Amino acid sequence: MTSGRTINTATFLGIPPFPIAAREALADSQLRGNLRHATHTIRTKRARVAAELDDWEQLRVAAADIKDDVLGNMGHYLEQLEESLTRAGASVHWARDGAEANRIVIDIARRHRVEEVVKVKSMATGEIGLNAALEEAGISVWETDLAELIVQLGNDLPSHILVPAIHRNRSEVREIFLREMGKVGMPAEADLSDEPAELAGAARRHLREKFLRAKVAVSGANFAVADTGTLVVVESEGNGRMCLTLPEVLISVVGIEKIVPTWTDLEVFLQLLPRSATGERMNPYTSTWTGVTVGDGPQEVHVVLLDNGRTKVLADEVGRQALRCIRCSACLNVCPVYERVGGHAYGSIYPGPIGSILTPMLRGVGTDEATDALPFASSLCGACYEVCPVLINIPEVLVHLREKVVDSHRGGVPGTLQAAMTGASWTLGASRRLALLQRVAGLSGRLLGRRGLIGRMPPPLSRWTDARDVPAPPRESFRGWWARTDGDRKNAGPPPHTPRKGGEQV
Amino acid sequence: MKVALFVTCLNDTMFPSTGQAVVRLLSRLGVDVDFPSAQTCCGQMHVNSGYVPEAIPVVRTFVDAFTGYDAVVAPSGSCVASARQQHQLVARRSGDRALVRAVEAISPHVYELSEFLVDVLGVVDVGAYFPHSVTLHPTCHSSRLLEVGDRPERLLRAVRGITMVDLPAADECCGFGGTFALKNPDVSVAMGSDKARHVRESGAEVLVAGDNSCLMHIGGLLTREKAGIRVMHLAEILAATEAVA
Repeated sequence: MTSGRTINTATFLGIPPFPIAAREALADSQLRGNLRHATHTIRTKRARVAAELDDWEQLRVAAADIKDDVLGNMGHYLEQLEESLTRAGASVHWARDGAEANRIVIDIARRHRVEEVVKVKSMATGEIGLNAALEEAGISVWETDLAELIVQLGNDLPSHILVPAIHRNRSEVREIFLREMGKVGMPAEADLSDEPAELAGAARRHLREKFLRAKVAVSGANFAVADTGTLVVVESEGNGRMCLTLPEVLISVVGIEKIVPTWTDLEVFLQLLPRSATGERMNPYTSTWTGVTVGDGPQEVHVVLLDNGRTKVLADEVGRQALRCIRCSACLNVCPVYERVGGHAYGSIYPGPIGSILTPMLRGVGTDEATDALPFASSLCGACYEVCPVLINIPEVLVHLREKVVDSHRGGVPGTLQAAMTGASWTLGASRRLALLQRVAGLSGRLLGRRGLIGRMPPPLSRWTDARDVPAPPRESFRGWWARTDGDRKNAGPPPHTPRKGGEQV
Repeated sequence: MKVALFVTCLNDTMFPSTGQAVVRLLSRLGVDVDFPSAQTCCGQMHVNSGYVPEAIPVVRTFVDAFTGYDAVVAPSGSCVASARQQHQLVARRSGDRALVRAVEAISPHVYELSEFLVDVLGVVDVGAYFPHSVTLHPTCHSSRLLEVGDRPERLLRAVRGITMVDLPAADECCGFGGTFALKNPDVSVAMGSDKARHVRESGAEVLVAGDNSCLMHIGGLLTREKAGIRVMHLAEILAATEAVA
């Protein structure tokens, strides 16, 4: 049944740093069209349903407060969660990092002698590369979320948190289904069209046999309720419900920041999450389970509590707000940078604005160029913060991480930018030095500028002038004008044709 | 009321006509504005690029120049946001308590031009005449960091002779983003090209904004495209009393 299948070997490793990967993505006009259409559609729906709630702003504040309480008392809530889960019949496992979590999952699967598992869409398992680890251990993994299935069958990488195949259009999906489904199970019908309903039908038939056969399922969780030990999965397709109820064994890999203290706290998040994520008032399927219920659903329930860098993020006073994230993707859908380059350029399972802060913090800055480029992959326009349902001030964290990146490179040979920044700091540290620079600029402007504009220039200035003109510096700065005319209070005549000699203060 | 003009380093060096327009506009409204010549820059470029220690001497020049004024007005939403929201961070990093106190004293009195006109002076009709069709780019830092709301729009609508036209997707970033424009030039230009296209689609003769940094970027694309659309700072339209050539 599983013979002849291809293993998804796609990896984020080796994706070049953001500016280069982004340039390649920008050249793909099909991708830009797909992204623009998809992000604008979700963006508009989100804005409409968020505006329906009079207490939207209070909900955001409440959500941030609840998460901050968890982050501030992590030890307490983790112990409480472990106790509640254990009491409810679940087995709790602690994983310091991805390798530990993967090993725990593989060991459980091996103990049950299974050759395959079905999966509910999960960011945490993507973060730790669980699929590749299971495949390597000889255990087949079947993604059951439609978009994750498209990504898996296409030997592709996810490019969006919520809509991982956002970069694919339906004719591409049709081709992938026709080509790949038969290799790993029920094939798509030969006359499959690219109508969404037909594509979904093909996926349903393909997945159905896997749901019915699988003995072990792997999931993540959107929330873990500390006082009851309840895990929650929020989804749209019902595939999650199938995985969470049919198999005999359920393993959930849960980041420690997914905790909410009490069952009633869910009231806040279940209003915020669907509206922020898909722009729906409520998602179609919300599954909650509390350990083992005898005779109903999985009779063996495992919960792997995952750190994998989260406690390191927790130690960062500015950055820890990123752990409030509920993976809604609202920041991706409004981001003008994400909209134009898509998710792959971010080189991580977490793309977009949240990825630009979360990835460098989870991995640590100062080790590789691609990670260090991420905090700079933003124009700091603030659209992400404006929509974030848990009030993560992403621009603030981006700027904070830029400083960490810069600091991690201090002490070596200064690069162009560092030299420029040091020079600018010196120049701007005293007005007489700025005035001198302005007189030099005024002179050079007349040498370089034609009709008041500077055209194409050599590198590194070409980074600006390849596509943009720049005005030639004026012959007289504002401070020069003010000094000469006393702010227009004295009739001083026309501006001088050449700058005055020497470095006298003006 | 002692009022100082913080012209900003970019306007000072590259766009003196914007500073001159602020002076002309404020004198017409009866404000005797001063230009403390010790001023240089807000330091935002350093902070946003990750060079916080390098911003300390710059913030010091700001404090030295503007201490003692009742109000500081600047023709830049971005630089005002830096003064109000970043200077505190820089001052704390310096470990100099006197600098922290000085920043605390000044920051709340730093106003973006439209805020100063509408909130401090209480005027919306500034007596300008500008018989052209104009579209407004609201700028991210004015709208999202300072939340100036419809102040620029109200000031413009009160200008005699003006025709305001809507800018499609006005709230989208133009892609300038400071050093972002150089570190990620391809994305920056892709964003700017879409903005420039929206400006052309608006049919306006003039694109106006409260920040010359955004305008330098969008305008640089428009002139390269030979779009024939002029970019102007808000101050220059509000200072105008006759048609531009």
